[in-house]
Amino acid sequence: MTPLVAHLVLAVMLFATGMAGALARRNAILVLVGVELMLNAGNLSFVAFWRYGPNPDPQTGLMFALFSIAIAAAEAAVGLALILAMFRHRRTTHLDSLEEMKG
Amino acid sequence: MSPMFYFLAGLTVLGALAAMSLRNPVHCALSLVVTFAGLAGIYLGMGAQFLGLAQVVVYIGAVAILLVFVLLLTRSAGGGEQEERAPSWRMAVLVGLLVAGVMGSAVMTVARWVPRDAAPEPVPVVQIGRVLMTEYALPLQVIGVVLTVAMIGAAVLAMPEKRGVKADRGAANGKDVVPGSGGTSPTRESGRSVS
Repeated sequence: MTPLVAHLVLAVMLFATGMAGALARRNAILVLVGVELMLNAGNLSFVAFWRYGPNPDPQTGLMFALFSIAIAAAEAAVGLALILAMFRHRRTTHLDSLEEMKG
Repeated sequence: MSPMFYFLAGLTVLGALAAMSLRNPVHCALSLVVTFAGLAGIYLGMGAQFLGLAQVVVYIGAVAILLVFVLLLTRSAGGGEQEERAPSWRMAVLVGLLVAGVMGSAVMTVARWVPRDAAPEPVPVVQIGRVLMTEYALPLQVIGVVLTVAMIGAAVLAMPEKRGVKADRGAANGKDVVPGSGGTSPTRESGRSVS
């Protein structure tokens, strides 16, 4: 197994774990944890392609991963603030109790 | 591949599985820290020193701590422990396995086309700084604006609502507002009674 394939398989496992968790959990914070896992899997594949891919550019993939980390930090901050605002109104973070917009 | 990679990869996957399957949300957040640390080690092993340190600082130092804070802030006072998993959690696991299968087979297919001998030297941190200041100066500015907006937005969202906003909403709903006295000039009592 080449290093690129090993890292990509690890990224796939992380992504699938995060996705299954984001679908299965009912606590809004833990759904956000699943999203973070998926973002990390994307980052890992960026870095793996930078290091072992055929592109001779020395730092493009690294910059991509760096900016992706910054975006993920912003996403986590806004998402957690939304959860806090939701908790202030509803006194719960359980997703099944939020059904006002159900058609 | 070195045995160190397999050790770190196993640690990362185990942490992720624990973060998604444990019952106690605080345990989930702590397992997430294990996953982030394993990923930082993998980055370091790939020669991306700056990225590994950024992973530690941003994810372990900021995101995981923020998660723990919000978990503790939203500890439900009473209300009881609700069922944590969705009723259709088996379907979610099935979807995850399907996604893993499809993406894994795609990786295995594509891997044949990628040459093996491409392995650039690790980029020194000085060069990263230089490139950030020249070639990637505009994205750096944009990311600064994005982070600032996100910070302000998070603060506004998490701030307690002002009394005036509630009074206005109470006046708009016409709830608990005495005709004649409310509406145009909601008093402090009407604002409080709505809340």
